[in-house]
Amino acid sequence: MKSEPTVRETLPEGLTPDRLREMYYCMVLTRTCDDRGFALNRQGKIPFAATCQGHEAIQVAAAFALRKGVDWLVPYYRDTCMALSFGVTPREQLMCLFARKDDIFSSGRQFPNHYSVPDRHIASISSIIAAHVTHAVGMALAHKMRKEDAVVLTSFGEGSTSEGEWHEAMNFAGIHKLPVVFLCENNEFAISVPQKMQMAVKNVADRAVAYGFPGVICDGTDPLASYTTVREAVERARSGGGPTLVEAKCYRAMSHTSDDNQLQYRTAEDIEASKKRDPVPRFEAWLTDRGYIDAGGILDMKARAQQEVDEATDWAEHQPMPTAEDLYTHVYAEGPLS
Amino acid sequence: MAVKNLLEAVRETLHDALARDERVFIMGEDVGPRGNVFLITKDFVEEFGHDRVLDTPLAEASIVGVAIGAAMAGMRPIAEIQFADFIYPAYNQIVGEAAKMRYRTAGGNTCPLVIRTPYGGGVGGALSHSVSIEALFYHVPGLKILAPSTPADAKGLLNSAIADDDPVLFLEHKKTYRLIKGEVPPGEYKIPMGKADIARPGSDLSVITYGLMRHFATQAADELFKDGIDVEVVDLRSIRPMDRETIVKSATKTRRVLIVHEDNKFGGVGAEIAAIIAEEAMFELDAPIRRLCGPDVPAMGYSKAYEEAFMPSPERIAAAMRDLAAF
Repeated sequence: MKSEPTVRETLPEGLTPDRLREMYYCMVLTRTCDDRGFALNRQGKIPFAATCQGHEAIQVAAAFALRKGVDWLVPYYRDTCMALSFGVTPREQLMCLFARKDDIFSSGRQFPNHYSVPDRHIASISSIIAAHVTHAVGMALAHKMRKEDAVVLTSFGEGSTSEGEWHEAMNFAGIHKLPVVFLCENNEFAISVPQKMQMAVKNVADRAVAYGFPGVICDGTDPLASYTTVREAVERARSGGGPTLVEAKCYRAMSHTSDDNQLQYRTAEDIEASKKRDPVPRFEAWLTDRGYIDAGGILDMKARAQQEVDEATDWAEHQPMPTAEDLYTHVYAEGPLS
Repeated sequence: MAVKNLLEAVRETLHDALARDERVFIMGEDVGPRGNVFLITKDFVEEFGHDRVLDTPLAEASIVGVAIGAAMAGMRPIAEIQFADFIYPAYNQIVGEAAKMRYRTAGGNTCPLVIRTPYGGGVGGALSHSVSIEALFYHVPGLKILAPSTPADAKGLLNSAIADDDPVLFLEHKKTYRLIKGEVPPGEYKIPMGKADIARPGSDLSVITYGLMRHFATQAADELFKDGIDVEVVDLRSIRPMDRETIVKSATKTRRVLIVHEDNKFGGVGAEIAAIIAEEAMFELDAPIRRLCGPDVPAMGYSKAYEEAFMPSPERIAAAMRDLAAF
């Protein structure tokens, strides 16, 4: 793992060989977790799963471009890699999949991947598309009012950008030059509806011009390009330059969720072709070619991820379910009211 | 104690909250230099600055959505929807997001947010400046809904709403803004939510109501008293939580109940009040529960004739009281 790079090149500011290996590990860990989620679903152990396969690079890059403990994430439901890269642990992830009582995100109330981890600065979302984007703007407004240094990064799919509330959020943030980064993970499908049926513009980033801030595009399957792009947006936000709309072009390898079958609206050839863009083996090759990691290091990491996820699965599965009484907690600060 | 109208009481409460707590700020349409369309926030910008008296774009969903985000980040926003009729675009943010925030995060995120909005008719507001919206929201656990009818209650409940750790929908009846005057206690006066007010004690029948109708019902009750009919008027003040105890106690005492509200009858707040009484005091009653409410048409029209036909008046309330007393 500590092998010296054979090709020395300048890494983007903020990245080191150790950080690169950490990013790779987060991607491997996420893939292992995501696969486990689908397997548990097919075993009938959990009712629902969604994966981020195809999005790992932009997600790990976004998390690494932020300052942990200072900046805030307001992610969407496909951001497993972003969350695992921003401090969520495999045990916590498995607890939400199993919907156990001590699931820290929602005590088993929300669908999986609907994070809420205040101590690690990850805010809550609902499943209602784009409803969280105005919240991210409100959080950024609060930080600006209090003259704090924090940046808020919020993410969403390209389908979200059809929602009126998404446009309202962009408009509000543009007016006040708020410290917020809007990250669109464009995987070309909103469940089954392709981008061309979602908008008449070619790029989501083109929409930014209407709100008075930059819209930029990056290859969301390339961690380095994604990192550089998001970091620039984060620094702009932090230095008072206002919002940026980042469009990360990625793809969706799996069906929308465990309840969807994408062969109903995509061809097998199309799916296979898009899988060639899989960010995990591509980043692995990139790291190997440059000597940041070797075959042994890769095997070690994959084994460690497998062990972590196995341990988390066994542990979480044996945690208690919520009880009927738990239905009534946290309705109001003072409890349920009639 | 100073005598103020309801609008002045709201203004004073907002002013003092801004002066007292740096986390408090106001956001909405025309709240800045215009000072709100009813002049409730007049001169606030000069005193507190544009950041804390924030004119928003004309987009209600984001007024509430941005306020939710600020509340999650530790602020105490007071969002204003200019007229209750304009709240529909923000429905998801209020019902789908704010009301569920604490629940969906098992207490991890909270949403200490006040949404103020003027509602109700009697001011020539036509179809889209006169509706009552309480029934569209009171079904929703996680929300609190207040509808004060006196200047003192407006202050006391608004202070409680601002201090509360959950989202509160604060309904101000437009017609009461300048019509209703009363003594207003000084300082950070608070009234606990969920406590009804006996506006007028009586023994022969109970009127259960809130908002402007409290005043119309009290006026009608004074009329009936001349004829020896002693009416009790219960002003709920808080629609959710609702004061079941006072409702049941009053129904049990007078054995006759008339529910009055301006909002449409079908599925209105009165339906819940009637159900509470039916569940808890059915055999204490001497007469069927009656409801006098706005009719089940989409809204009151602009023509004065429509408005008068829609709104319960002191005369119509008095007639309904006599009818019930004679049952």
